[in-house]
Amino acid sequence: MGTKLTIGKAINAGLRAAMDSDPKVLMMGEDVGKLGGVFRVTDGLQKDFGADRVIDTPLAESGIVGTAIGLALRGYRPICEIQFDGFFFPATNQTFSQLAKMRRRSAGALSLPVVIRIPYGGGIGAVEHHSESPEAYFAHTAGLRVVTVATPEDAYWMIQQAVTSDDPVIFLEPKRRYYEKSEVETGGALSAATPMDAARVARPGNDATLLAYGPMVKTALQAAEADTERDIEVVDLRCLAPIDYDTVTASVRRTGRLVVVHEAPLTNGVGGEIAARVTEECFYHLEAPVTRVCGFDTPYPQSRLEEHYLPDLDRVLDGVDRVFAY
Amino acid sequence: MHYTTAHEDTELIQLLTPDGELRDHPDYPLDISTEEIRDLYRDLVLVRRVDTEAVALQRQGELGLWASLLGQEAAQVGSGRALRANDMAFPSYREHGVAWCRGIHPKELLGLFRGVTNGGWDPYEHGCQLYTIVIGTQNLHATGYAMGVQRDGALGEDGTAVISYFGDGATSQGDTNEAFNFAAVNNAPVVFFCQNNQWAISEPLERQSRVPLYQRARGYGFPGVRIDGNDVLASLAVTRQALRSAREGQGPTLIEAFTYRMGAHTTNDDPTRYRVSAELDEWKQRDPILRMRAYLSDQGIAGDAFFTEVDSEADDLGERVRRECRELPEPDPLDIFREVYAEPNSHIDRQRADFAEYLASFEDAGANEGR
Repeated sequence: MGTKLTIGKAINAGLRAAMDSDPKVLMMGEDVGKLGGVFRVTDGLQKDFGADRVIDTPLAESGIVGTAIGLALRGYRPICEIQFDGFFFPATNQTFSQLAKMRRRSAGALSLPVVIRIPYGGGIGAVEHHSESPEAYFAHTAGLRVVTVATPEDAYWMIQQAVTSDDPVIFLEPKRRYYEKSEVETGGALSAATPMDAARVARPGNDATLLAYGPMVKTALQAAEADTERDIEVVDLRCLAPIDYDTVTASVRRTGRLVVVHEAPLTNGVGGEIAARVTEECFYHLEAPVTRVCGFDTPYPQSRLEEHYLPDLDRVLDGVDRVFAY
Repeated sequence: MHYTTAHEDTELIQLLTPDGELRDHPDYPLDISTEEIRDLYRDLVLVRRVDTEAVALQRQGELGLWASLLGQEAAQVGSGRALRANDMAFPSYREHGVAWCRGIHPKELLGLFRGVTNGGWDPYEHGCQLYTIVIGTQNLHATGYAMGVQRDGALGEDGTAVISYFGDGATSQGDTNEAFNFAAVNNAPVVFFCQNNQWAISEPLERQSRVPLYQRARGYGFPGVRIDGNDVLASLAVTRQALRSAREGQGPTLIEAFTYRMGAHTTNDDPTRYRVSAELDEWKQRDPILRMRAYLSDQGIAGDAFFTEVDSEADDLGERVRRECRELPEPDPLDIFREVYAEPNSHIDRQRADFAEYLASFEDAGANEGR
C-alpha cells in the first residue's frame, strides 16, 4: 500500500514500525518526547510508547551516546537523536573510541546495536553549527556503518534496517530534504527491501556517471535532467561505509566518466576515496579523470553565502562538462 | 611533616584502623563470618602477588605495559566481594582486584597488556565489563546499563545493581559528570566507586578538584560517602549498603575510597619526578594488608599456619602467572579483521581476502624453496 510521505514523516513511520516490532527498541535524545524533536521527526512516539521508551535526556550528547552504549550492553536497541550535525562533536569520544570499537575489543562478545540519527547538511538558512556534513569522520572510523537517505521510500525502510542491524549505524538525515514528498510503499517485509548498504541507480544513463548521496541526489537528478545533450546516469550511494563499489564500478565501466558530488569539504572527503578506488579498479575504462564537485575546505559559511558553498545545478553541470573535455 | 593530602580532614568511614583495631560504625554494620574475613585477607595477598608478578613480567619484556594496583587492594577487594553474581561491574584499567573477585583469570588481564588481545574475557560470564582505557567513559556505560536494569524490572532484593570504577582524575572528565547527572535524574541503580589514589599520573588531587570528591554527589542529588580505601572491611560494608540501596530503587551512590597509589601510574611512569618518598613512607604505614594481618593475629582469627598457607598459595599463583603469561598464544594475523562488525562488511571482506592472499604468497615461496 502506497502513501505519499515526506522524508521526515517516513522516518517517523519507520521509527514507529521499529518500536512496534521490538519492545527492546528505545528512542532517546533532547526534546524527542512531547515536542517530537526540533524537526518533529519523533512526533507522537512518546505518547504511544511511553516515556520509558522515548526518553527525554539531559542536554549532554556524550551522555546520550554513552548511556545508549550501556543500554545496548543490557540488550536494548537505542536510537539516539542528535539535534544537529554540529552538536554531535561532544559525543565523538563515546562514538569513535567506544561505540565503534567495543565489539572488536570483546572479540565479538558484545554487540552494539545503536543508531545515531543526525539531521545533517546545509540549505536551511541556519546559524553556525547547524549545517555541517561530518560524514567523512564517521566513514573513516572502522566499526561504524554510515548511511544517508535521499527519498521517503529509503527513509522509511533504511531507518528500520539501521535499527535491526547488530552494528552501530550513523543515520544521516538530509535536513533540507525533510519536506520532500513522494510515494512510499509501506507494505511488505523489511527483509524484502533493498539492503541499506547497496547503492542504487537513481537514473539510468550511458554517457557519464553522477554519483551523489543524501541531499545532493536531488540536485544530481536535476542536473542530469537539465543536460539534454548527454545521457547521464545518477547513482545514489546510500551507504558511505561500506561503499558498494560493485555498483559504482559497474556504472563507471559502462559510462567511462565519473563525477562525484557532495556538500562536505572536498579534501579528504568521501569523494576523494571514491575517485582513488575507481581509478584503481576502472583505469582502462576511464575516458577522463574522476572529477569532484564539493563544498569548500572552509568552515560552513554564514547562511547568506551558503548558496555559493553548496554545489548547485550549475556547479554540478560544470563538473560534468569537465569530464567531457577530454 | 605531613605530605598528604588535599581534602583529608573530612569524615572518613573506617572500620579497621591502621593498627588493626576493629571499630563498629552505626550506619555500616559488618555482617561477615570469620571465614569470610580470612578469605578477604587471602584475596588481598593473592591480588598483590598477581600485581607484583605482572610488574616483573613487564620489566622482563613479557608485557608491553602494566598499571599497578599496589596500595589499592583493599578498595578493590572489599567492593568486589560486595558484588553478587548478577551484578555488573564497569572497570577502568587498574581494577585487577575487582577482576579477581569476578573470577577473571589473571592471564586474561595479562593478555591485554601483552598485546595478544584487546579485551580478554566474556563480560557477561563474569559480570564484569572489559577494561576501559579512555578515562571516565565507562561511567556512562554503567549508567545506561543501570537504566536498562530499571526497564527490565530487575530491581528488588534479588535484583541487579551496577558498579562503576574510576579514579580521581576521571572526576574531572565531562563523561563522569554527565553520568552523575544522567544517573541522578533517572534514579539509576548504579554505584559510582571512585578510588581516589591521590595522583592522576603526575597531577595531584589539588589539580583535579577544589572540593572533596564525595561531596560532589550532593550537587547531583544523591549521597556521597568517603571511606578509608585501605580498609577492606569498610569498603565491603559501605559498598554492600550502596548496592542494596541501588537494588531497592533508591538510586545512585558515590563512594570515594580514599587511598594511595604506592606504585607508578604505569610501568612507563617515574613517580620520583613528581612526588617525595616521605609521602610513600607515610602511606606504607596504612598498608591494607598489614592492618588485616594485625587484626587477624590480635583477634586470634588466624595464626602462623594460616599466613604460611596463604604465602605458599601466593607463591604457586606467582609461578602460574609467569608460566601462563609466556604461554599465551600469539594471535593470528587475520585476527586484525575479526569481529569489527556483526554483519558482513564489503570493505573488510575485501581487505582480509587481499591480505590473506599476500600472506599465503610467503608460504608458497617457502614451499618452493624447500623443493
